[in-house]
Amino acid sequence: MKTYLPAKYQVLRDKEKCIHCKVCVSQCSFDTHYFDEEDGVVRSTDINCIDCQRCVLFCPTTALNIVENPLAYRQNGNWKAEIIDDINKQAESGGVILTGMGNDKNHKIYWDHMLLNASQVTNPSIDPLREPMELTTFLGSKPNNLEFNEKGELISQMGPQIRLEVPMMFAAMSYGAISANCQESMARAATKMGTLWNTGEGGFNVNLRQYGPNTIVQVASGRYGVDLDYLNAGALVEIKIGQGAKPGIGGHLPGRKNSADVSRTRMIPQGTDAISPAPHHDIYSIEDLSQLIFALKEATNFTKPVSVKIAAVHNAPAIASGMVRAGADIVVIDGFRGSTGAAPKIIRDNVGIPIEMALASADARLRAEGIRNQASIVASGGIRNAGDVVKAIALGADAVNLGTAALVAMGCHVCQQCHTGKCAWGICTNDPVLVKRINPDICSERLSNMLRGWSIEIKDILGGLGVNAIESLRGNRLHLRAIDLSEQECKILGINMVGE
Amino acid sequence: MSKIEINAKDYVVYTKTNEQAFSHKVSHQMHHALNNALRQAKKDGFTEVVVNNVCGQRYLGTDLQTDNMTITLNGTPGNDLAFAMNGPTIIVNGNAQDGTGNTMNNGVVVIHGQAGDITGLSARGGQIYVRNDVGYRAGIHMKEYKEKKPVLVVGGNIQDFAGEYMAGGIFIVFGLTLKEDEQYAAHFIGTGMHGGVMYLRGDIDKNNLSNEVAVSEPDEKDMQIINIYVDNYVKYFDGNKQDIMSKPFTKLTPKSLRPYGGLYRD
Repeated sequence: MKTYLPAKYQVLRDKEKCIHCKVCVSQCSFDTHYFDEEDGVVRSTDINCIDCQRCVLFCPTTALNIVENPLAYRQNGNWKAEIIDDINKQAESGGVILTGMGNDKNHKIYWDHMLLNASQVTNPSIDPLREPMELTTFLGSKPNNLEFNEKGELISQMGPQIRLEVPMMFAAMSYGAISANCQESMARAATKMGTLWNTGEGGFNVNLRQYGPNTIVQVASGRYGVDLDYLNAGALVEIKIGQGAKPGIGGHLPGRKNSADVSRTRMIPQGTDAISPAPHHDIYSIEDLSQLIFALKEATNFTKPVSVKIAAVHNAPAIASGMVRAGADIVVIDGFRGSTGAAPKIIRDNVGIPIEMALASADARLRAEGIRNQASIVASGGIRNAGDVVKAIALGADAVNLGTAALVAMGCHVCQQCHTGKCAWGICTNDPVLVKRINPDICSERLSNMLRGWSIEIKDILGGLGVNAIESLRGNRLHLRAIDLSEQECKILGINMVGE
Repeated sequence: MSKIEINAKDYVVYTKTNEQAFSHKVSHQMHHALNNALRQAKKDGFTEVVVNNVCGQRYLGTDLQTDNMTITLNGTPGNDLAFAMNGPTIIVNGNAQDGTGNTMNNGVVVIHGQAGDITGLSARGGQIYVRNDVGYRAGIHMKEYKEKKPVLVVGGNIQDFAGEYMAGGIFIVFGLTLKEDEQYAAHFIGTGMHGGVMYLRGDIDKNNLSNEVAVSEPDEKDMQIINIYVDNYVKYFDGNKQDIMSKPFTKLTPKSLRPYGGLYRD
């Protein structure tokens, strides 16, 4: 069938600079560039280009540039180019449109509508370069009160705690969705920086088990690669109920991505679809969630905290309350900007709510019910820089997860082609040639650098606020002010307007 | 073989108020206490453990990690019996509840009675034998990897969505609790199946099968497999092999390894 889809991008090749070295041909995994044997020159097929900028950055003579196709669809506020293109894709295929990454729509980003405070005169700001500044965070359930015996010794028992040197972890990304080299990069960076990375639901590759103390092992509805060794290999066990990019639906790792090594790690036959059902079929209620939480605690003999991750949805606060009462030690809420290796576009773009709102209301709810201490809260989905981290913690998070940011640090250019498995940067692929593009030596350093940079920035902000420990900021919404937000939005976020 | 008897009543956690009695955390203390007793029995070198008066305790046998231990449960164990279990043999003289063999890796569970919903959920290995019926979604999402295959043998009847999402393993149903001319009433059998095999004994209404399963007659190799597990069933439950083999089996396999492959447009 003749496609009615125009090229989205144009490849601009400077003919004077191009030396026809074919670097672009070998770098492009979408067959955009080719060598014309007859004419002895390199040419491009614009329609294949997805604007990942790999060729632009690797062209030795900087001869390439990519621009948006200036082709003008007739202006129409309702029938936008994206909508027309999507209909064409479906008219040609009859399928559900898949996409990668997180929601890319121009919805309000609440982080950008919150401003931080700083000390002036009435209390001194602190210079983090000269004074100790504490970012250490402990994840896990804290007791309601402390009891001491007659000798003054602590007798209250506390469940297992996870010590993080920085309040930032790497978000769950499974082997299969991303490459083993990416996971190794995150595992090494997490180990170096004293934080955690997350296996996602695709099992725990044997080659990475040495990083177990800095690993979160995930149990999702597919239960891939889950056995006693797996559960005990990490620092904590996470039950994945949902994901911000696709709340309420399961996952299908396409059979073509299920290679020999992926199938061994997931313990399923090679080439079959790895289907994660939409629900866990042993969780239809809060009581059932409690059952799985305690099944995992029992299987690890109560040595590991159990975390539960949900997508940010309308009733997130009430659900969070149920999760805590069910025994979750850590509640992870993933906002609608959270990314995915593959999701139906219609779900990614239309389901879920912003993490800022879900986080603020869940934290407020747990406080109101007097159970906030019983679980840590981790905010996830759309954290872009140290400012977002600080604002999330001020809204009540104990720590945050970094997914897309971590991928960007490794080279991702957010071209949203994760679902194709052809990532030219070697991230969201298991093509044996492409995966070599991620060098764990380099990428673990890039990730560590990002965490180090953000940590210094967080300390700078804390110093300005006049606090010397991240704990003093946690849930301290007085440090936040709203700009360009309605009264209702301020109320939900629990913050005042600027100038108030 | 050293043997120990445990009275589950000794590990019941009593609560002072009604409010506490309804707290999940209190009931989980009870499950933990009995599991701790099993851990201690293993530590003390017992290879045969008999637990009397079992009444709803969950996750029994979960983390024992030994091939050399037989646990006999007299009574009614709770949900998630043998959760992620790796090695032991569990014999239940009574009925089992929901989630028996949930994510089980290795070992044997023999139930002299019936088992509840999602029996064998996501099992990766090991064998589960149920003398009578199982509840809804039995065998759901069982998996396999190379020679590692879970086996679920059900002597009685199945319910809707049996074998749902099956990605591997062997699921055999005898239907011995059905009346002479009664058929399986379960609907949506094998929905989303993309691996493994089911063998159902007796008549099946094809309308009750999902679109994802292919129906065939078992060949000689299949009959060898069926024979192995019929023999085991007869051995465990003192059954009648001749009676079981008197009706033909139907073989159900997935039509495709990628049942939903055609749904999407990259």
